[in-house]
Amino acid sequence: MPDSLTADTITITGHDGDEIEAYLATPLHQETFGAVVVIHHMPGYDESTKEMVRKFAAHGYAALCPNLYHREAPGADPDDAAATARANGGVPDERLVGDVAGAAAHLKSLPGANGKVGVIGHCSGGRQVVLSACSLELDAAVDCYGAFVVNDPPEGFAAKPILNKIPDLSCPLLGLFGAEDKFPAPDEVKVLDDELTKHGKAHEFHSYDNAGHAFFAVDRPSYRVEAAVDGWQKIFTFFGEHLAA
Amino acid sequence: MCTYLTEKIAIAGSGKGAHGWFGLSEASVYVDHPVHMPQEHTVNIDFRNPALGPSARVAVELSEEAALALVDAIKAAIDSAPAGLASEHPDATAEERMAG
Repeated sequence: MPDSLTADTITITGHDGDEIEAYLATPLHQETFGAVVVIHHMPGYDESTKEMVRKFAAHGYAALCPNLYHREAPGADPDDAAATARANGGVPDERLVGDVAGAAAHLKSLPGANGKVGVIGHCSGGRQVVLSACSLELDAAVDCYGAFVVNDPPEGFAAKPILNKIPDLSCPLLGLFGAEDKFPAPDEVKVLDDELTKHGKAHEFHSYDNAGHAFFAVDRPSYRVEAAVDGWQKIFTFFGEHLAA
Repeated sequence: MCTYLTEKIAIAGSGKGAHGWFGLSEASVYVDHPVHMPQEHTVNIDFRNPALGPSARVAVELSEEAALALVDAIKAAIDSAPAGLASEHPDATAEERMAG
């Protein structure tokens, strides 16, 4: 079957050589494939994120989501792990980049991998997508409503704006936003859009009317079916263009 | 939206979690997405003891109205009891207790 897949929890080598948990899904009966690192949102390495990992495999990509909270909360429920990470001020940027690098290396090592790796993330993961694509050599990046790429986060939070890193962006960027979102608000998205244009970086931004933050989240009231369906089509078209063999 | 803002305080008390009772040392309060309540944003309170691990947590997700009503109810309950009855320092004066 073209959408057959296998999925499993594995251990990968992340930042600083740390062994961390990760969720891997790979397509079956496919000789070669591109790959996607899925960065989980702030609520954690949870069921809905793992569903996304499997969705990419069903569409012919190997997909891997590192558990960014594994160090603070090995084996904990995703919500408990997220609460611990939040109380600690979030995931340090350097560690995030190291974990994404480890995930990308693991994907490239899989038999059948074509060597192309994309990255996608939602919410806090959207900012971490931009950070990763400005820090690592990747082939495609999808930022779904990531805030604090341009503006400062609240005091005491570890994350800092990363607009100054845009000259280092290594790959095309697809940005999907809600016009009613406040974090990032449309003016913040516009600043990022202009900065990418200024530096000649290939990018494609879409802002959906009648959608706010987290419009892809099927298990939350923020879900917006029109935006989510169109957004998924744009994601697969984009990865199809940039991650094909 | 994700607010990221977190109020964190040290507390004394006990809570009952998935594995029974345990001592509490911290509380985090934040307005952000809930895990369970069917609302886009809620007032979330985590009663925690990090020394016992991430699972040592009692969590609630409240509407803004419920959270504010809870604050009033807590104050009313304390005010209706003899001063200092539930204090960590029952022999201290009211001024000393207010000063922490």
